[in-house]
Amino acid sequence: MARVLLFGRLADIAGWRERDVAAGTLSELRATLAALDPDLAEALSGPSVQVAVDKALLRGEATLSATSEVAFLPPMSGG
Amino acid sequence: MSVTLQAEPFDPGALLTAFAAGRAETGAIASFTGLARAEQGTTTTLELEAYPGFTDAAIAEMVAAAVGRFGLQDALVVHRIGPIAPGEAIVFVATAAAHRRAAFEACDHLMDWLKSRAPFWKKEVGPGGARWIEPTQQDRTDAARWDGDPK
Repeated sequence: MARVLLFGRLADIAGWRERDVAAGTLSELRATLAALDPDLAEALSGPSVQVAVDKALLRGEATLSATSEVAFLPPMSGG
Repeated sequence: MSVTLQAEPFDPGALLTAFAAGRAETGAIASFTGLARAEQGTTTTLELEAYPGFTDAAIAEMVAAAVGRFGLQDALVVHRIGPIAPGEAIVFVATAAAHRRAAFEACDHLMDWLKSRAPFWKKEVGPGGARWIEPTQQDRTDAARWDGDPK
């Protein structure tokens, strides 16, 4: 289980900005989201979308715990 | 050093007065206030989204880097989040140093980095609908002025 956070246009595409998803790894989480919403999955897989687990940016795979927070960050606007 | 993200409007003059108080060894304070523009009526609200705990940490890193690079005595960043009306202050930056050049340059540098690299998601809402904003080429060019040899 992980808490998923969507920001910017990703939340617009999904229609939600926060939800719990059952997944043990980042790739499982992506697969679960893809089954729920293919449009969102496509947007999340774009090269410009960064991923942060527990507020730290990372690339590639990650193991998730019950308390993990996974944030999908579209291109940042700046302040 | 202080970084604050807040939904409530702020008074730039009051922030500057408080920042400048009680500084016997500071010779220079520079400040910048950014306001939300109406863009000739096309924007009625600016909506700024942050990731609490991530956005403020990223800005705190920028501030720490500026303090080290320019030898600042202190720095303050206050940034609005949530809906912001045209004419309202959206960002306030103040820098304190022994001498003016460091204060001016650090303030300029911090704003360039905030505009191009701070993790915010910004939406312009107007009569024609809403659109997400990304940094302009000018923002990127401004920020790139500070790359390369640290002074």
